[in-house]
Amino acid sequence: MLTWLPQNVSTFGGDVDHLFHIIYYITGVWFVAAELFLFYCLVRFHKSRQAQPLYARGESSSQAAWVLVPVLVVLMLDLGIDKIGGDVWHRIKLELPPAGDQVHVTGKQFNWEFTYPGPDGKFGTADDQTIENELHVPVGTVVRFELSSKDVIHSFFVPALRLKQDAMPGRTIKGWFEATQPGTYEIACAELCGFGHYGMHGVLTVHTAADYQRWVQSTWGAAKAAAK
Amino acid sequence: MATATPSEIRVGAHHEPHLGFLRSYVFSVDHKVIAKQYLGLSLFMALLGGAAAYLIRWQLAWPETYVPGWGYVEPQQYNAIITMHGTIMIFFVAMPFVLGAFGNFLIPLMVGADDMAFPRLNMMSFWTLFVGSAVLIASFFVPAGPAAGGWTAYAPLSARPIYTGVTWGQNLWLIAVAIEFASFLMGGINFLTTALNMRVPGMTLWRLPMLVWTELIAAVLFMLSVGPLIAGAFMLLLDRIAGTSFFVPDKGGDPLLWQHLFWFFGHPEVYVVGLPGFGIMMEIIPVFSRKPLYGYKTIVWGMIAAGVLSFVVWAHHMFVSGIDPRLATPFSITTILISVPFAIIVFSLLVTLWGGKIELTSAMLFAVGGLATFIIGGVTGIFLGSAGLDVYLHGTYFVVAHFHYTLMPLAIFGGFAGLYFWFPKMFGRMMNETLGRIHFLATFICFNCVFIPLFLAGVAGNPRRIYEMSSYDFLKPAQPLHVIATIATLGLLAGQIPFIINFFMSLVRGRKAERNPWHANTLEWCTDSPPPHGNFSQPMVVYRDPYEYGNPDAPKDWMAQNEPPAAPAPLGGGQIRRTGTR
Ligand SMILES: [Cu+2]
Ligand SMILES: [Cu+2]
Repeated sequence: MLTWLPQNVSTFGGDVDHLFHIIYYITGVWFVAAELFLFYCLVRFHKSRQAQPLYARGESSSQAAWVLVPVLVVLMLDLGIDKIGGDVWHRIKLELPPAGDQVHVTGKQFNWEFTYPGPDGKFGTADDQTIENELHVPVGTVVRFELSSKDVIHSFFVPALRLKQDAMPGRTIKGWFEATQPGTYEIACAELCGFGHYGMHGVLTVHTAADYQRWVQSTWGAAKAAAK
Repeated sequence: MATATPSEIRVGAHHEPHLGFLRSYVFSVDHKVIAKQYLGLSLFMALLGGAAAYLIRWQLAWPETYVPGWGYVEPQQYNAIITMHGTIMIFFVAMPFVLGAFGNFLIPLMVGADDMAFPRLNMMSFWTLFVGSAVLIASFFVPAGPAAGGWTAYAPLSARPIYTGVTWGQNLWLIAVAIEFASFLMGGINFLTTALNMRVPGMTLWRLPMLVWTELIAAVLFMLSVGPLIAGAFMLLLDRIAGTSFFVPDKGGDPLLWQHLFWFFGHPEVYVVGLPGFGIMMEIIPVFSRKPLYGYKTIVWGMIAAGVLSFVVWAHHMFVSGIDPRLATPFSITTILISVPFAIIVFSLLVTLWGGKIELTSAMLFAVGGLATFIIGGVTGIFLGSAGLDVYLHGTYFVVAHFHYTLMPLAIFGGFAGLYFWFPKMFGRMMNETLGRIHFLATFICFNCVFIPLFLAGVAGNPRRIYEMSSYDFLKPAQPLHVIATIATLGLLAGQIPFIINFFMSLVRGRKAERNPWHANTLEWCTDSPPPHGNFSQPMVVYRDPYEYGNPDAPKDWMAQNEPPAAPAPLGGGQIRRTGTR
């Protein structure tokens, strides 16, 4: 099952995958044990092999223990999963590391708008540039994004980054990621946003440092880019 | 404790002569007739919901090809079909099936009453639902088509016609759903009152059959959770037709408010349709294991705990929605902890099987098959409840597979189990077991072949509600999974044909059912099949709990709840007295 995970290229993606593995194996053991138990009962205790059923009401504490002890183990494992999962959540959504680069992401029916601050590094200035459906970032750099929407709810989903965050009209939601490998990766919209939802498709390009400089130059022109 | 007076007064009053066709079969106040009306309505709506599933799956496996019997599915149409599939299956199939049909039929019979506490209200509940269904079906035919904003109707997509292009379709959807809620509110009042106040002498709360407990808890959960959403539905309707902005940010509204209202209801709603499914399993598994239900009181407390917890988990649907991220942690903890009460229920049922004398009738197959598949739905809930992992899995096919694996085993497998089990009581004839087993095998195998691949597609990152995947390169490997799922869906739909044949053939040609064909203990088996008006020919008295099977000290391997205790027996008297005085 876990081999179906797409390649991970973010710093926190490994934590998500790790959490996935932990939950998969813990629940997997319980699942297999429960199904085997069930199947064994159906075969072993079929009426053709069993003349007199066992009479047990499960009410005395020694009998109730057959249910309650496994349940207690489930409770302990739950708390363990809570702890590990809470830490992963904390790292992705609650600790925003200092920005190396910034971008504003805006959803609209049915495109993603990526607004870059340009060489001056500030939004709201003349050199801001908005590019539809293309997100360019340098590798190994913390990218802080501000996410919003112009119309309905969209969801900014980059499977390779293990990142998802809804874009809400009327709110600006901050987030971050750091890509670990150059390449191009797909961006999807993960919240139904209208008839064109299925085509709301963007591309994340993670550049090497040199390659990123070239992209900046070709986008803003050599002179302006040099100021950066 | 139990009030006998109302039923005692009314016993006999129902043996009136003929009421005429309309009063007997259409506007009947008899809970058994109303139950069958719910059953008929839910099976009819299931045909619509199943047809929608067929269109969805065909489009996903072979995008933009001609769908036999329909034509091409357009993107806008696709969104409408998925919206209607979800709405129909949850509100107009699962609820009328496990609550409307089984709750109505069984609660009065199982507590020994002659009818529901409020028979006219009961009739009104059904006809209100009927109107709701009619409104929903009417929405297919209005200009611009039916609602296309998903069954969750997230604002602002649903709040302004410009965003979907849908006009009256969405308005009628809101009206239909609000009417459905009103119907089940009335039904809930009846369930609660009947289960608490119409119990015959001796039927203490700790002797209630589990089905009654689950319907009772479901009714309470529904009534406590639905109010805010009824208000929400009207607010959304006002946003659409009066230009208010409750959920639209441009004039100060908040889209997240809708999600809070929706899921505050939406999560308990899962248990509203799920718990009665468990209730059916808990009636059937002891009967065909010839063993008492293991740990009755533990299960009841577990279900109450699950019900209470279900009110404080709703934000797990909203981890990545833009709520304060700090909120995710407590909601993640409560969500994962809800596995504890469900572990109690599942383990208790499993242990009930241990050492039993198991007979795999169609009813039992659907009950244990439902239990086996529910386990998958249960464990995958942990993945999604963990906020850190939900960042990745939210909104993917993993979610789709997960909730089908919780709702279908309980509402559909459970519902079928209940139908095979209580069909003799409802219609006075036995169903065909061979066809029943074929139906089970086809349903069980195909169901798993539909949704296991969809888990994998979800792991691959496949977002749900996507008209077609081909624009995404990373989803290319997932496409064969969709083909498998679709072929299995065709099998699943075809697998219902033996059931339909069996149902109608047994209605007219089935072997006549005796009173108690399964040797079961609960009160509905102590009267004729089908029971007459007024249900019981003499007032019932209850002496023991409902699961006294296979007691070695008892004269036979079952002891009906109303069977008076034997005169003090030289051997094993203590055993019987113990259960009799509980
Ligand atoms: Cu979108
Ligand atoms: Cu939920």
